[in-house]
Amino acid sequence: MNREDFPMLKNNIIYFDNGATTFKPQSVIDKTVSYYSSYSSNAHRGDYDISLIVDKEYEGVREKVRRFINADSTSEIVFTKGTTESLNMIVFGFMKYNLQKGDEVLLSKSEHASNILPWLELESEIGIVIKYIPLNEKLELTFDNLKSAVSKKTKVISLAHITNTIGDVRPVVEIGKFCKENNIYFVLDGAQSVPHLKTDVKELNCDFLAFSAHKMLGPTGIGVLYGRYELLDKLKPLVLGGGMNSSFTDNSYELKTLPTRLEAGTQNIAGVVGLGEAISYLEKIGMDKIHNHEVDLKKYLTEKLSNISNVKVYNKNTISGTVLFNLDNVFAQDTAIYLNKHNICVRAGNHCAKILKDELGIKNTCRISLYFYNTKEEIDELVKVLENSYNIFKEVI
Amino acid sequence: MDKELKREIILDNYNNPFNRGIPSDDSYIMINTNNESCIDNLDIYFKINEGKIVDVYFDGEACAISTSATSIINRIILNKTKDEIKEIIDNYKNMINELSYDKEVLKDLIVYDDIYLQPNRKTCALLPVKAIEKILEKM
Repeated sequence: MNREDFPMLKNNIIYFDNGATTFKPQSVIDKTVSYYSSYSSNAHRGDYDISLIVDKEYEGVREKVRRFINADSTSEIVFTKGTTESLNMIVFGFMKYNLQKGDEVLLSKSEHASNILPWLELESEIGIVIKYIPLNEKLELTFDNLKSAVSKKTKVISLAHITNTIGDVRPVVEIGKFCKENNIYFVLDGAQSVPHLKTDVKELNCDFLAFSAHKMLGPTGIGVLYGRYELLDKLKPLVLGGGMNSSFTDNSYELKTLPTRLEAGTQNIAGVVGLGEAISYLEKIGMDKIHNHEVDLKKYLTEKLSNISNVKVYNKNTISGTVLFNLDNVFAQDTAIYLNKHNICVRAGNHCAKILKDELGIKNTCRISLYFYNTKEEIDELVKVLENSYNIFKEVI
Repeated sequence: MDKELKREIILDNYNNPFNRGIPSDDSYIMINTNNESCIDNLDIYFKINEGKIVDVYFDGEACAISTSATSIINRIILNKTKDEIKEIIDNYKNMINELSYDKEVLKDLIVYDDIYLQPNRKTCALLPVKAIEKILEKM
C-alpha cells in the first residue's frame, strides 16, 4: 500500500530489509529538507522568527511522540541518536547509579547487540550479574520461562518487544505487569516494534522504551528515549554542555529540567521534524492496519517458501514481518548476492545477535523483513527467483 | 581462462577445499581473518619450519569466493619462503585492484582476474590475504 509515496520504490528494486532501515516517503523527505531550506536556525534562540519556528516544530514533535506512545508528559520524551544511544543512556545514566553489585539483569540471547553490550560493560564496571532467560525450542521467549529465571536478586528485565532475528513478539503486557508487581525495572527495546505495532507505554507498564526513527520511515540519526518521569528524572546526562544547563560558575553548574537537560548541544533538528512527519504518516495509515498487512504477507511468503524443497525457514510461526531462511548447502551471503542480482535486497548475517548462534545451531541466515509497502507481487518474484536457484553459483561466481 | 573453467575451479575449491579443518597439534599459529562489512570469518592455521610454511589448514564460515580463494592460496603458498609468498600476495592484490601483475606466479588465483567487475566481492577474494600478511610478519 501507499507505494507511490516512496521515491526509492521507483528504482525497480524489491526491498526486504526493513528491519535494517525503511524507505522514506516524499513527505518525510520534504519535511526534513524544509528545516534546511525554510527555517534553518538553532533552537532556543527566541530572538527572531525563524528560530521560533524551530522551537515550535521541535517541541511539536515531542508532543506528537508523546501521543504516539501514550506517555503522560512531554518531559518523558528525550530525543537521542537512536535506539543504541537510548539504551546506553538507560544503562550508564540510570542503572549504573541505581543498581548494586550482585543485582541481576535478565536478558535473552536473541537481543540485539545494543541491548547486551552496555550491560556487559556495566557488569565489568560495577559487578551486576547478567542472566539469560532460556528460549523455548522455537527460540521464543515465554512468560513462564521468564518467571522461572527471576530470583530475589532480579532488578532489571531488558528485552526487545519484537526481536530483530526471529521476530517473535514478546508477551510484554504480562511482563510489564509482573515487573511492576515485583519492583523490577522493565526496559523495552522498541526498535523492531514501534514501527510495526501500536505502542502504549501505559498498557506495557515499561519503565524505559527506546526506538529509532529510521526504522519507521524517518531520517537516520534520530531516535527516542522514553522514561517514566520519576526514573528519567534520576538519569544522569552522559553528555554535558550547551543547551542543557541553566547556569554555571567557574566551579559548579545547574542543569535544566527534563527533557532538555538530557539533550546537550545542538540537536538533530532536521531529524526531529522528519520523525514527526513519519509519525503523522504512520498514524494516517493506522498501526493496526500496518501490523495486519505484514502478518498477512508473512503467511503468504512462508506458505510459498514451504513449497520449495531446498528452502529452510527457521521462524515460520512468529507473528511479525520477519522470515529467516537458508538455501540448502548455500552460504547465506551467497544467497543474498544471488538475490541482489535479481534486484532483491535481503540481509545475510547474524543480524547483530551474535550469541543467538549458540541456540540456533547455525551462524548465519538470510533475513527478509517486511513493511507495509511490500506486496504479494514482490513475494511472487522472490519465490520465482528462489525456485530457479539450482544454478545459483553460475550467477554469483 | 574461460568463464566456465574459472567457475569450475572456484566451485571445486568451495565444495572440496584444500585442508579444511583444525589441526590437532599446537605447533600451528592460528590467525583469524574476517570482513567487517560482511559475515565472512575464517581461522587459518600455519605451520612454519626453517623459513617456509610447511603446512596450512583453515576453518570457519565464509562465502564461495572467500572460501575458494583461501583454499587456492593455501595450496600455492605451501613450502614457499617469505619472499616467494610476498611476491604471490603482492601480485594477487595488484590483480584484484586492477594494477599490473605477473600471471605466472598466481597459478589458479587468476580465476579471480575479473572479480573487479563485482566491486563488493573484492574483499571476499582478499580475505585470506589479510591473514597471510600477518603470518609473513612472523616469519
